[in-house]
Amino acid sequence: MKTEKLLLGDEAIALGAVNSGISGVYAYPGTPSTEITEYIQSLPITGERGIHCRWCTNEKTAMEAALGVSYVGQRAIVCMKHVGMNVAADAFINSAMAGPNGGIIVVAADDPSMHSSQNEQDSRFYGKFAFVPVLEPSNQQEAYDMIDYGYRLSEENAVPVLLRVTTRMAHSRSVVSIDTEAQPKKPISFPENPASWILLPANSRKRYPVLLDTYAHLEDIAVSSQWNKYIDGNDKSVGIIACGIAYNYLKENIGPDFRHPILKISQYPVPQQLIKKMASECKTLLIMEEGQPFVEEMVRGILPSDCIIKGRLSGELPRVGELTPDSVRIALGMKALETFQASENVVPRPPALCMGCGHRDMYTALNEALQQYPNHKVFSDIGCYTLGALPPFRAINSTIDMGASITMAKGAADAGLFPSVAVIGDSTFTHSGITGLLDAANANANIVVVISDNLTTGMTGGQDSAGTNKLEAICKAVGVHPDHVRVVIPLAKNMEEIKGVIREEIEYSGTSVIIPRRECIQTAKRHAKEKKA
Amino acid sequence: MKKDIILAGVGGQGILSIATVIGEAALKEGLFIKQAEVHGMSQRGGDVQSNLRISSEAIASDLIPKGGADLIISLEPMESLRYLPYLSKDGWIVTNTVPFVNIPNYPDQEKLISELKGRKNTILVDVDTIAKETGNPRGSNIVLLGACSHLLGIEPTKFEEGIRRIFARKGEEIVEMNIKAFKAGQNSAL
Repeated sequence: MKTEKLLLGDEAIALGAVNSGISGVYAYPGTPSTEITEYIQSLPITGERGIHCRWCTNEKTAMEAALGVSYVGQRAIVCMKHVGMNVAADAFINSAMAGPNGGIIVVAADDPSMHSSQNEQDSRFYGKFAFVPVLEPSNQQEAYDMIDYGYRLSEENAVPVLLRVTTRMAHSRSVVSIDTEAQPKKPISFPENPASWILLPANSRKRYPVLLDTYAHLEDIAVSSQWNKYIDGNDKSVGIIACGIAYNYLKENIGPDFRHPILKISQYPVPQQLIKKMASECKTLLIMEEGQPFVEEMVRGILPSDCIIKGRLSGELPRVGELTPDSVRIALGMKALETFQASENVVPRPPALCMGCGHRDMYTALNEALQQYPNHKVFSDIGCYTLGALPPFRAINSTIDMGASITMAKGAADAGLFPSVAVIGDSTFTHSGITGLLDAANANANIVVVISDNLTTGMTGGQDSAGTNKLEAICKAVGVHPDHVRVVIPLAKNMEEIKGVIREEIEYSGTSVIIPRRECIQTAKRHAKEKKA
Repeated sequence: MKKDIILAGVGGQGILSIATVIGEAALKEGLFIKQAEVHGMSQRGGDVQSNLRISSEAIASDLIPKGGADLIISLEPMESLRYLPYLSKDGWIVTNTVPFVNIPNYPDQEKLISELKGRKNTILVDVDTIAKETGNPRGSNIVLLGACSHLLGIEPTKFEEGIRRIFARKGEEIVEMNIKAFKAGQNSAL
């Protein structure tokens, strides 16, 4: 039985997974992937069936736990934003080497145009790198349908499947036809080839050629896949290749009288046979893809050919940023629609820390305490507090990747910087900061680590934070001297005390941790409302 | 029937609840719908927008092309102008007149309002005051929905039904407050 529902792309994926009988979702929050896990958490069936849905500490622990589910023959979904793939990469790539037993789908939500991210990396490269098939839905219905398909693909071929979406797929709503019944959970069963799960070199050498053969087979599957469509046309002057969501922007601009051949790609490995067919008939290929020129570079190769290839590398489409109906329109050689001029009365309105946020008080104190140290640098991290880079605070000097604050501060201190300060949030600290703090404590590096604890994962909307109520114990356990693990309450009335603590810890020659702790005001508001209700 | 709508405002103002009511009404009418939202970093007091497309035909793109929007609905006057290049030549702007000033270089408010007043197809409503007058200061977004309800290509009574369905679980009192806000918005645009 089917029914219809208005769903975000992320929610369609979530329902697809639950209806495919998953045993668990394993994820760390990250825009634009967060709503997949949140939606699974909200479904009654999740509780009824005991589907695992608790947030993981980071993407690597998530990927590995899913691999454990797969080992015992059951299905799991792993969700992350694109940069989370870097954290999960070791587990992801080697999961393909092992060859899953129960199906695994890894959702990578890419963020071209960097709406909420530090780069535009395209997760399709990870699929190719790991010899893993990639599904790239062009609409919410495909996102839903591809989950069931993906689990079967994963189990039949003993590979994880990467589902790649981008912001506009993850965060756009449409009506989706869904199943009213969820498939049962799979029973426990163990791998047919247990040795492939023990990646000793001798076993890996046996498994690798099998994986390569599988990848060749997966390309054959992609050629005849229901998700890849070759729509022939009479006008062979140009053939168009549209990947994933680019297909929507193409359709937005063309009518039923469009005469050029179109190849829609939503399943990889790249179906080379279909591209060769198009190239043999069309003099010019125009390649549209959301993200990096993954297909275009592959098709272009490095040697000259007779075929003219147009796309992001040749400038028909912009090299950076997400595609839009407008950029695709221009690439098709169509005239832009008539528009109004931009208003001169509009100025940028960048995001800012909320009024009343504890990070604000933390930065005020830090800035004032550091005034007397002209050579200070503050290495920060990924989260709401990254907004401390903007006026009025301008308080931080770096933001690179999850956890890099502590390790960069240590490196700079090793090289002679004083004072060297790290600012990291509670959730980022448990995600990737603890190991860095262990390095620092082992060397008794002369750094001050500020763990700005708002008791949640704030930037993504207030998910549980893995280290809540455990931060002091963790810091002491990795070897920070107990006298130098200090807790303060970031409020204006405590300003003098906080500044004093910061100064004392700067003057202490060794690794110290200051934990300003006050609940995120967004979650505090929500909790107050829930109490009232 | 096709309406491409840009909903604009500042993170936290509640533009998505307007989209929810329009979407609910559109679904009941059997229309196709696509709605692209902004989540994540920019929600923290930055500019936010949502692209809402409703149509009797299937919709391809989640994003509205430049020069293609039939309507900009904004909870903030400067934010209504941010998306001007997306508005079609015959498109409408329906905006709240009360500025949300959280940046030091907010433009001259008189200039802003006079630019809006000088445009054709523009409806300016002080939705905050009207919401307060109806005894529902948090109902600004529903007042604004009322003010543009005649431009959405859907019978306005359908929105009232949508409001009833969406707010039903919050109790009859909340439903009536929002219906009142909606009607006050409708009257303000006459």
